[in-house]
Amino acid sequence: MAKRFAAIWFRHLMTDWKTRRQPELYGIPFVIATPERGRMVVKAVSRAAEKAGIGTGMVVADCRTIFPSLIVLDTIEITESDLLQLIAEWSLRYTPTVAVDLPDGLILDISGCAHLWGGEHQYLNDIITKFHKLGYDATAAIADTIGAAWAISRYGHTPSIIEPGGQVDALYPLPPASLRLEPHTLQRLNKLGLYRISSFIKMPRSALSRRFGQALLSRLDQAFGQEAEFINPIRPAQPYQERLPSLEPVRTAPGIEIALKTLLETICKRLAKEGKGLRTSTFKGYRIDGNIQQIEIGTNRPSRDIEHLYKLFEIKIPDLPPDLGFELFLLEATTVEDISPEQEKLWNTSCNNNDTDIAKLLDRISGKMGKDTIHRYLPNEHYWPERSVKVASSYDEKSPIPWQTNLPRPISLLNRPEAIEVTVPIPDYPPMLFRYKGQLHNITKADGPERIEPEWWIEAGQQRDYYCVEDEQGARYWIFRLGLYGNTEPKWFIHGFFA
Amino acid sequence: MIERFAKKDIIDKLQKEVLSLQGYRTSRGNERTNTGLGPIENAFPGKSLPTGVVHEFISPTTEDAAATAAFITCLLGSLTKENNKCLWVGTKRTLFPPGLSAFGIHPENVIFIDLFRQKDVLWTIEEALKCNALSAVVGEIKELSFTESRRLQLAVEQSGVTGFIHRTLPRFENTVACVTRWKIKTMPGISIDGMPGLGFPSWKVGLEKVRNGKPGEWQVQWSNGRFRYIIGQKTLISETPVRKIG
Repeated sequence: MAKRFAAIWFRHLMTDWKTRRQPELYGIPFVIATPERGRMVVKAVSRAAEKAGIGTGMVVADCRTIFPSLIVLDTIEITESDLLQLIAEWSLRYTPTVAVDLPDGLILDISGCAHLWGGEHQYLNDIITKFHKLGYDATAAIADTIGAAWAISRYGHTPSIIEPGGQVDALYPLPPASLRLEPHTLQRLNKLGLYRISSFIKMPRSALSRRFGQALLSRLDQAFGQEAEFINPIRPAQPYQERLPSLEPVRTAPGIEIALKTLLETICKRLAKEGKGLRTSTFKGYRIDGNIQQIEIGTNRPSRDIEHLYKLFEIKIPDLPPDLGFELFLLEATTVEDISPEQEKLWNTSCNNNDTDIAKLLDRISGKMGKDTIHRYLPNEHYWPERSVKVASSYDEKSPIPWQTNLPRPISLLNRPEAIEVTVPIPDYPPMLFRYKGQLHNITKADGPERIEPEWWIEAGQQRDYYCVEDEQGARYWIFRLGLYGNTEPKWFIHGFFA
Repeated sequence: MIERFAKKDIIDKLQKEVLSLQGYRTSRGNERTNTGLGPIENAFPGKSLPTGVVHEFISPTTEDAAATAAFITCLLGSLTKENNKCLWVGTKRTLFPPGLSAFGIHPENVIFIDLFRQKDVLWTIEEALKCNALSAVVGEIKELSFTESRRLQLAVEQSGVTGFIHRTLPRFENTVACVTRWKIKTMPGISIDGMPGLGFPSWKVGLEKVRNGKPGEWQVQWSNGRFRYIIGQKTLISETPVRKIG
């Protein structure tokens, strides 16, 4: 079957991307510039700026003289190759073979694909309109060879489709730059007055080779289809997903367990090959009545230990009602992370083995009880008791600051301070007695006060004066007065118990 | 004389055999953990705090619960070696992590599991006790039946993890299969030389039941990271380390 290629050219790739991100830039002349040899050089030009006469490679200062209100952006969050890679992945809907053509294009091998859109015209139109809707100024052409498609998309009338075998006629009137030549070859051709391909195509090959090098001949042959050219198609990331269809509907727990084990083995094999471990995973069962049942697990550390993962799923297998039976099982690793080789090596030593065992235990607990049940605390730089701890985000997280030990803190803290009735000498003494939950406590000893202010930049409120007090039984409490004696009567609260 | 010593040896040996038959082990790998409990340790068989077993603590009041939590933390501190983790399982937890560091443990080495149902707490404690990578497991639970406590005991016999069950305001003080039953009560602190302020935390440590040991009651003070004994109104170990100032 004859090969057909499509070349897509994004005239304003980076600026169009920026406009998509910041719609307020639409229709406004702006350029993206980077410093080069001590001056700002334009790297990408928006459509409006191009109309104003600004081109790439110009110095920003020069552009400003042409167009004083020009907006200059000096940072762009994405590189061209990354952006083209993303667009190429999106373009996989048109053909399975897509290649990135740096700096601003894509090459699609469309052999045998166009008829699915009802012909090449509709196919090309679909591509162009989709890109226009996305905000990209794209032009495209279809031809027998990559070289011809490239040349027409940049220098010909677009969108155009070169009929099979028609590339010779189509390329004749185009400038030599359409052959993807080196700048110095182009310069030499220009100097000799060879402004069109037609003006030198009839020259003897040996003369062309001698004067302009073998590269010109090779590019000509590639464009006209006498020499094969290959593209390097992108490889999209394979999702970590495994399927297992069953011949007969599976209705029993052992059947589901066998399916799960088989799927885990294949997925873990792949993870081991790529040096990764899974953090979250979903196991889906497709029932014959069209219903989909699923269970999910998560791990505290990336893991590819079949036994361990199986145990996590095993707890949840009873949540899969089979009814009439499952006909297809699907296991997907939704989050995958790298396992560093040291980590694996250290697993054999006793210390780290401990950590993995604990991580497995925590996985099982969080699998059964829910994720938000496990907490580990680290110090936080606040004096306000409720804010003095923060929940550690991971099992291994370490705190850059040490725990405060110079101020007394109770061993048990009430979730919210509870109001108490007190008898207290004013203005600044601890209470003589207080009543908490209907019981009277005579205070014999007291320490304090320790004044803690609410941080005004976080919340407004009155300060607390904390006292540590001991009653006759030796029970110790952390009580505080909210506010000061003055116009209003301050309230007293109990906030915790000391040992 | 020699005969008497020989007899004592034989008795000691037999006693150890009986203990091992009863499923009692001193600790993992025969190493003694230094808990610094001093005279209290004489109450235990083998003269050291049994590890790899389940201890039961009963607190009749909320104030006692705070004292008990602190006492358990002190024991955890001696059981937990460098960066080993321990688990604290419970419902409606009030334990405040910054308060732990005063009792000899790094709060970041404690992993808290906060659950809602008693049944879940028991499941978690049992699972945790089976994991021998942990140094200790503390479970806060209100009621514990004999059957449940036996399950926990069976779990620790396999793994050798020490379990502390803390029961606050239980309805009954029923018989359980734990090796010990402790009751820690608050006690007025003793101020040194009439100095104002609270002084160091002091507790009445009651060991109500201990398998193959002698129950008793002691008055204990926690100061500068160690236990001190109070006899009369004076601390037994009174040589407080002289602090350099300036």
